[in-house]
Amino acid sequence: MTRISSTIDRRSFLKVSSLAGGGMLIGFNFLTACKSDVQPPVNIADLNFNDFNAFIQIADNGMVTIFSPNPEIGQGVKTAMPMIIAEELDVPWDHVFVKQAGLDTDNFTRQVAGGSQSIRFGWDSLRETGATARQMLVNAAAARWGVKPAECSTSEGVITGPGGESLHYGEVVREAAQLEVPDNVSLKDPSEFKIIGNDAINVDIDEIITGKPLFGLDYKKEGMVYASVLRPPSFGQTLDSFDDTAAKAVNGVQEVVRFGDKVAVIANNTWAAIKGKRMLKAEWKDGEKMESSSDHDQLLSDLLDGSDFETLREDGDISKAFAEADQVIERTYTSPFLPHNCMEPMNFFGEVTDDKVTLVGPIQTPEGTRSGVAKLLERPEESITIDMTRMGGGFGRRLYGDFVMEVAEIADKIRKPVKLIYTREDDMTAGIYRPAIKYRIAASVKDGEITGYHLKEAAINRNMYNLIPNFFPAGAIANYKVDVANYQSNISTGAWRAPYTNFLAFAEQSFFDELFEIMGADPIQTRLDLLEKVKGTTDEKIEYSPERLQNVIRMAVEKSGWGTQKEGVHQGFVAYYCHNTHVAEVADVVMENDMPVVKKVTCVVDCGILVNPTGARNQVEGGVIDGVGHAMYGDFSFDKGRPGYKNFDTYRLIRMKEAPEVVSHFVKNDLSPTGLGEPALPPAGGAVANAVYKATGKRLTSQPFIEALRQQSEKEIKG
Amino acid sequence: MPTYSLKVNGTTHQVEADADTPILWVLRDQLDLVGTKFGCGIAQCGACTIHLNGEAVRSCILTISQVTDQEITTIEGLSEKGDHPVQVAWKELDVPQCGYCQAGQIMTASALLDRNQNPSEAEIKQAMHGNLCRCATYNRIVKAVQKAANS
Ligand code: FES
Ligand code: FES
Repeated sequence: MTRISSTIDRRSFLKVSSLAGGGMLIGFNFLTACKSDVQPPVNIADLNFNDFNAFIQIADNGMVTIFSPNPEIGQGVKTAMPMIIAEELDVPWDHVFVKQAGLDTDNFTRQVAGGSQSIRFGWDSLRETGATARQMLVNAAAARWGVKPAECSTSEGVITGPGGESLHYGEVVREAAQLEVPDNVSLKDPSEFKIIGNDAINVDIDEIITGKPLFGLDYKKEGMVYASVLRPPSFGQTLDSFDDTAAKAVNGVQEVVRFGDKVAVIANNTWAAIKGKRMLKAEWKDGEKMESSSDHDQLLSDLLDGSDFETLREDGDISKAFAEADQVIERTYTSPFLPHNCMEPMNFFGEVTDDKVTLVGPIQTPEGTRSGVAKLLERPEESITIDMTRMGGGFGRRLYGDFVMEVAEIADKIRKPVKLIYTREDDMTAGIYRPAIKYRIAASVKDGEITGYHLKEAAINRNMYNLIPNFFPAGAIANYKVDVANYQSNISTGAWRAPYTNFLAFAEQSFFDELFEIMGADPIQTRLDLLEKVKGTTDEKIEYSPERLQNVIRMAVEKSGWGTQKEGVHQGFVAYYCHNTHVAEVADVVMENDMPVVKKVTCVVDCGILVNPTGARNQVEGGVIDGVGHAMYGDFSFDKGRPGYKNFDTYRLIRMKEAPEVVSHFVKNDLSPTGLGEPALPPAGGAVANAVYKATGKRLTSQPFIEALRQQSEKEIKG
Repeated sequence: MPTYSLKVNGTTHQVEADADTPILWVLRDQLDLVGTKFGCGIAQCGACTIHLNGEAVRSCILTISQVTDQEITTIEGLSEKGDHPVQVAWKELDVPQCGYCQAGQIMTASALLDRNQNPSEAEIKQAMHGNLCRCATYNRIVKAVQKAANS
């Protein structure tokens, strides 16, 4: 077998101990070295997630268990992680189990480190860990037989010696655990992979399809009460006074507590809590800043017209290029706010006693949230534990611990175990929204070449933008500039699946489509030519690989039947790099009852080695449909701080009949895997817009598209 | 508080609750059957789908007083071993992502197949249109229903 020797000092990130009850235990970290003075415990009961991200136990019977506190939000990491371990350890996939540490047991030290680690970060360390454990088992067997480790081989959890003698892993774990951690292990060559690259069904599938308690909303504790919270209906408002007489008269309501500008109704079941909250009568006071989306639209336009920008990247001389151009094309693109709308509404369990704070639920950022709770309740962090459940979707929303703070405060006041539950209305109106953004893009053309490119962004509560200026077309156009401007709003905003690129990709890729058309240039060839110029760049800031982007473009042309589509089918093309992954998408649109309908999206992805193809395809299908859905229908607005949508009767999420067929293709290579939760989403909106243009002759510059199309046809009717 | 007699997954329970309590919360809070999910509370998402006398219904808007003594089936009672053809197809095609909507999807799909053993793609889409999946596993849901129908 080909093995690649590895140079990482694995002693720094993994430690081994011999378990008192038999077997070996390996504690390891994904990104950081372990502290030099810590050792994994000798009892499973003492697993400690402060010093290690995860543990692997190899038992006397050869079974392998991975203990990880990382929850699953639907990206399949929980399934991919054991696949990687099993591969390098050389054990059958069904001998590996994942246990989410922390929940439903008092056996674990409930201190959680590490949020959701993506495969991108875990890849190297998981492989190293599996390979190291394998090597130690081989070394132990070799010592017992008095042969050299190099003379032994492994397969399916069995070590075979030079004379054909064999031992299964479980038979040598005790000896292996006593050995030094070797510092030269080798990894498998990807061509030797037996588990990685083959479909593995979601490890939680049986629990999911039989309705077992898995999610935060399902968590219960003896004596638990339920809380429903009334919050200011508009951003900018504060609570003036409230009357809880009617609420308290509801059967099952125990008490009503005010905290800050919010009021919690505590009841012995969820329904009573919700009903009680509806019966509260509150008076609210407007603050100074009561913002409306129509004002935002004007404010963002003013910012784009103004000169108050921060420049994030500047190559060459954009003003000169624009001054000397034959033609300058400029377009402005507008996006609304968006709520996350996780299918499982926000919720969290909390219990506060004199010396302990116990919090359980769906959150992606336990450490940060724990510090927040510590400050809020003025307690030492060590007295606070946060356990993570499976999450009914994340999309960025569960990075924010606002709802955990709420339950901590309520539990501190009532001193009973309590579950805070958001109704859908609470979830949609007390959101951490994707901020509304406007982009203005201008390009100069001279002698048939693009000479300049200027991207301006005006965003509500801007943050997290630093890498994006180095995405395509950075490096491909000599004069290039990215400017950003900010408007600070009191509407809470944050990360939303594929932050920034979820709308920017549509803006830029629609712009290119129009620009190439005006230039009379071929959209595919022009992209390839531009990328050609980036090859061999010495600019280390350039984030994408021109070769990989060209490759997905060529593959998408072939796989989508670009240019050879049937009569009545209109295709739109996008190639985009974001979140470390290169993607090209082609949308097929047909006209039905005078409306463009997205029938199919072909998606070609280069995400490096595919760990679990079925999981990867699922992510791509979901990401594309999510991208199409929000581009078509996603809308959100505020009127004097009050959210314009509350529930799915008026807020439109994509549904079954509107979902296109997604056909995914993956580039085969041996490069390290990159994430798949996000990158399929951003290109989808642009691919649809470009196809809609071909179908209708209408250029879309704002989302949601159905609203943009409606406005355009209204204009036509009015003339 | 009045007492109601409920027949859930073949077992009869006596439950005390206000007449207007949605059966969803009785199942989840009182009977500990948390497989049925809450998503919207207004019959718009399908996460709470159960069978009432074999029909797929939204448990978030059906009150306890409306379902007394009728046959209720939840995801926990769909099959004894999790091997209803729809569950098997869901597993084979690895449908779920976050998984939260899937009990509702499975309950809607199984009710569809009870009344139409060989639905067309359009009929499947029509029947499943009321069940939102925020992770957008729609492509796989269609294939899984077809697979279950053929098994
Ligand atoms: S919770 Fe009943 S349909 Fe959404
Ligand atoms: S699988 Fe997440 S909502 Fe459907």
